[in-house]
Amino acid sequence: MNFSEVFKLSSLLCKFSPDGKYLASCVQYRLVVRDVSTLQILQLYTCLDQVQHMEWSADSLFILCAMYKRGLVQVWSLEQPEWHCKIDEGSAGLVASCWSPDGRHILNTTEFHLRVTVWSLCTKSVSYIKYPKACQQGMAFTRDGRYMALAERRDCKDFVSIFVCSDWQLLRHFDTDTQDLAGVEWAPNGCVLAVWDSCLEYKVLLYSLDGRLLSVYSAYEWSLGIKSVAWSPSSQFLAIGSYDGKVRLLNHVTWKMTTEFGHPAAISNPKTVVYREVEKSPPPGLGHLSLPPSRAGARPLTNAAASESKYEVASVPISLQTLKPAADRANPRMGVGMLAFSPDSYFLATRNDNIPNAVWVWDIQKLRLFVVLEQLCPVRSFQWDPQQPRLAICTGGNKVYLWSPAGCVSVQVPGEGDFPVLALCWHSSGDSLALLGKDHFCLCFLETSKDVGAAFGRRDSCT
Amino acid sequence: MGDWMTVTDPGLSAESQNISLYTSETKMSPSSLYSQQVLCSSIPLSKNVHSFFSAFCTEENIEQSISYLDQELTTFGFPSLYEEPKSKEAKKELNIVAVLNCMNELLVLQRKNLLAQENVETQNLKLGSDMDHLQSCYAKLKEQLEASRREIIGLQERDRQLQCKNRNLHQLLKNEKDEVQKLQNIIASRATQYNHDMKRKEREYNKLKERLHQLVMNKKDKKIAMDVLNYVGRADGKRGSWRTGKTEARNEDEMYKILLNDYEYRQKQILMENAELKKVLQQMKKEMISLLSPQKKTPRERADESTGAVISDVEEDGGELSRESMWDLSCETVREQLTNSIRKQWRILKSHVEKLDNQVSKVNLEGFNDEDVISRQDHEQETEKLELEIQQCKEMIKTQQQLLQQLATACDDDTTSLLRDCYLLEEKERLKEEWSLFKEQKKNFERERRSFTEAAIRLGLERKAFEEERASWLKQQFLNMTTFDHPNSENVKLFSAFSGSSDQDNLPVHSKQRQKKPPSTSNGSPVCTSKMTKSLPASPTLDSCQTRSCVSEHSSVSVLTVTPEEMKPDQVGRECTSQTWSVVSRPGAQPGCSVDAL
Repeated sequence: MNFSEVFKLSSLLCKFSPDGKYLASCVQYRLVVRDVSTLQILQLYTCLDQVQHMEWSADSLFILCAMYKRGLVQVWSLEQPEWHCKIDEGSAGLVASCWSPDGRHILNTTEFHLRVTVWSLCTKSVSYIKYPKACQQGMAFTRDGRYMALAERRDCKDFVSIFVCSDWQLLRHFDTDTQDLAGVEWAPNGCVLAVWDSCLEYKVLLYSLDGRLLSVYSAYEWSLGIKSVAWSPSSQFLAIGSYDGKVRLLNHVTWKMTTEFGHPAAISNPKTVVYREVEKSPPPGLGHLSLPPSRAGARPLTNAAASESKYEVASVPISLQTLKPAADRANPRMGVGMLAFSPDSYFLATRNDNIPNAVWVWDIQKLRLFVVLEQLCPVRSFQWDPQQPRLAICTGGNKVYLWSPAGCVSVQVPGEGDFPVLALCWHSSGDSLALLGKDHFCLCFLETSKDVGAAFGRRDSCT
Repeated sequence: MGDWMTVTDPGLSAESQNISLYTSETKMSPSSLYSQQVLCSSIPLSKNVHSFFSAFCTEENIEQSISYLDQELTTFGFPSLYEEPKSKEAKKELNIVAVLNCMNELLVLQRKNLLAQENVETQNLKLGSDMDHLQSCYAKLKEQLEASRREIIGLQERDRQLQCKNRNLHQLLKNEKDEVQKLQNIIASRATQYNHDMKRKEREYNKLKERLHQLVMNKKDKKIAMDVLNYVGRADGKRGSWRTGKTEARNEDEMYKILLNDYEYRQKQILMENAELKKVLQQMKKEMISLLSPQKKTPRERADESTGAVISDVEEDGGELSRESMWDLSCETVREQLTNSIRKQWRILKSHVEKLDNQVSKVNLEGFNDEDVISRQDHEQETEKLELEIQQCKEMIKTQQQLLQQLATACDDDTTSLLRDCYLLEEKERLKEEWSLFKEQKKNFERERRSFTEAAIRLGLERKAFEEERASWLKQQFLNMTTFDHPNSENVKLFSAFSGSSDQDNLPVHSKQRQKKPPSTSNGSPVCTSKMTKSLPASPTLDSCQTRSCVSEHSSVSVLTVTPEEMKPDQVGRECTSQTWSVVSRPGAQPGCSVDAL
């Protein structure tokens, strides 16, 4: 495993191009595009203000930089560096901006969700979509980029509009039986739309592309409901994480619950492997008493972040560290807030927010808990390798953790000073991984698949 | 109780007597001064009767006493002590007869009374003890009653308390339920109020939004604009098309196409899955049929025609179904047939398994069946074979152990010594066995040697006799034929002597030598041979060959004809170990062949 040198970064804006050739990152008002293999700077664009959002177009030809504060979007072309495009939303303001799947339209959401403006880069045409709903995930494109589902709110009722992305024609428009729609998400096959209600009510509705209601699912009433939703890449399962700390899997045939995964703090099943991250004690030759305990007590977090760690397989009846959620606060830290299927749909990684240090990996073939990774610090994010079942986890420390069915490793990011990894993103080939810190980022190059197999053969190896 | 009753308290009895007598006395003669004293002491102190009488009656008051007694007696209904007065003036005469009679009667009465008194006393005692017992019983029962009463009261109290509690809890539950209901109502009302407010606010918000929209959008905001250097081509290279009704229709078409494709894809998948499942079912069915068909005959024989018929039925069905063409049939018919046949088959299998279970249990109950008896021979053969195999395996293990030992000696001394000890024991055991074998052999040899020596002695005697005869014959010849060829006769003599011994005389010598040899080797070096078998990978054939070779050495003198059947190697191999004894006991019966074979 190799690491690149550290580059500057702001606002965690660093993205690989979809074709995997380039890497774009933002430093204040500058946009830097590098070649992934050499990390040489290919282009350097200067925006009008600090960039708040950056996005590659699907064909990797354009990069969008949004400056929400100024209500501005700037688009840069990789092919023609002199080409420029600036979209000003004026007094309407800007809260969100994104590419359409064809990479020739930009969808801007104005302040107060007054409307969505569709700007075309091909023609002068501008389309407006009124009444978009301000919610968690109000817009969703199908994977093939043909259709867009948009949540709308009119007359105190929720609606979903389905647009054809090629010409922005309204295909379907239907009301949904929700109190307060919170999100929409297409199945990867683009034929089923999952719509879920806000956390006050546990309700999932499944609509066909033509607007027919396929099924309604509700696990329970009264208490707080859905927190996160994810489709399996095979479109076979819809995983719903809820505030009761459970993930429910709906199948795609009957849309009934196939199974539910609880996230208990005590793990007793001997078939489950629990990897526990432990601080690596300094080598005995140096003497472990050299480190005064007062220092460790004074700065336990930085100490933990700085020292090396490794994984140990914990003997199974084990209880994980839990967080007592404050019941009197809004948005309590409880329930399954993060869900991700592996690209081959064989595994599901989850995080229960009141056990923030643990990542749970479920075996979807056997529908049971497979592995639990207990970290020393709360898990900030995790992401699956797009090519193979390999999970990268970061906890805000200077380490990155990788898990695969063969085992898991804890890798310290080299370099002087702290490098707290706050986020990470995989290269589409799965060969490298961008580790994003607050002010810096670096690339982590993983071995080719052969070497990886050898490296992962060891269970708790540490580099 | 009887015992207790017989134990009479003398004091108590006396007292009771006293009392009873006293009462009777007071009735009898309340005025009498002495009577109390008299009667008090009358019975227990019968000795004092005289003194008593003397006290009662003195010389002076005889008359008075008599009259008094008469008076008393008459009042009790006794005849008067006095004779009937003939005249009124005549003095009353004491009638002695009457007195005696009276006395007697009184005595009898007294005795009766005593008896009665005794009876009454004993009864009284009995009754008294009974009374005591009953009283104690009564007390006990009373106590019990009291206790149970108290208990009942306690229980009642508790029951009451519990009921009270229960009532309270019910009340509480009701209250809670009411509370819940109330809260639910409150929640519901609040929710509706909240929703209402939300809606109102949202409407206001929407109005504001609308207004803002108008304000922001209608101002002809110059700022809202896109500043592009030049427009870029579409990703697909085509030009944008106009929006018309046609495009709408096309979009619809496309959408339905996508949906259809998806459904088709899913249908295909389901079909594939179905086909696979059908295949599995079919295979299962076939396997079931094949599994059940051999069983078909036995149940039929057992007059279980119904199942047999079903099986044959099913088989026909199976034959029909297994045809490939059936796959193309519509789902329902195939499904029905298949499921029906599978169900039937399953039922049969189930019943069969149950039957088997029953059989097993029966066998367990009955012990060994006839079938077992039939197969006993096979069993024995099999066990023999297995035993042989085991022996071979043992031998193998032994050699391996030895090899291991050898290996171990090279590396470690302590463990090897320990191991050696273990092995030594084993070896000892084996040596003992061999020792006994050799002993037996030796005995045999000895016996044979004896017989041979006897034969030799006999032969020697015979030879002597023969020599003597010859000498006499020669002498006679010599005497008879004075002119005879000297060397010729010498030659003849030599030849005859030689030829005579070659067959008969040489044999014992040979046998002696040979006989001596094998026992000496077996006696002198049994350890050596055993060691050899140990160090070498001792196969059974080798072992037997050694023993046999030593046997054959002595028997080779009297070699028998070797029949070709006896040379069968498998026989040798199989019987080699068991045969050693017979070989030893019958020298020359088979060893010759074994030597040849080996």
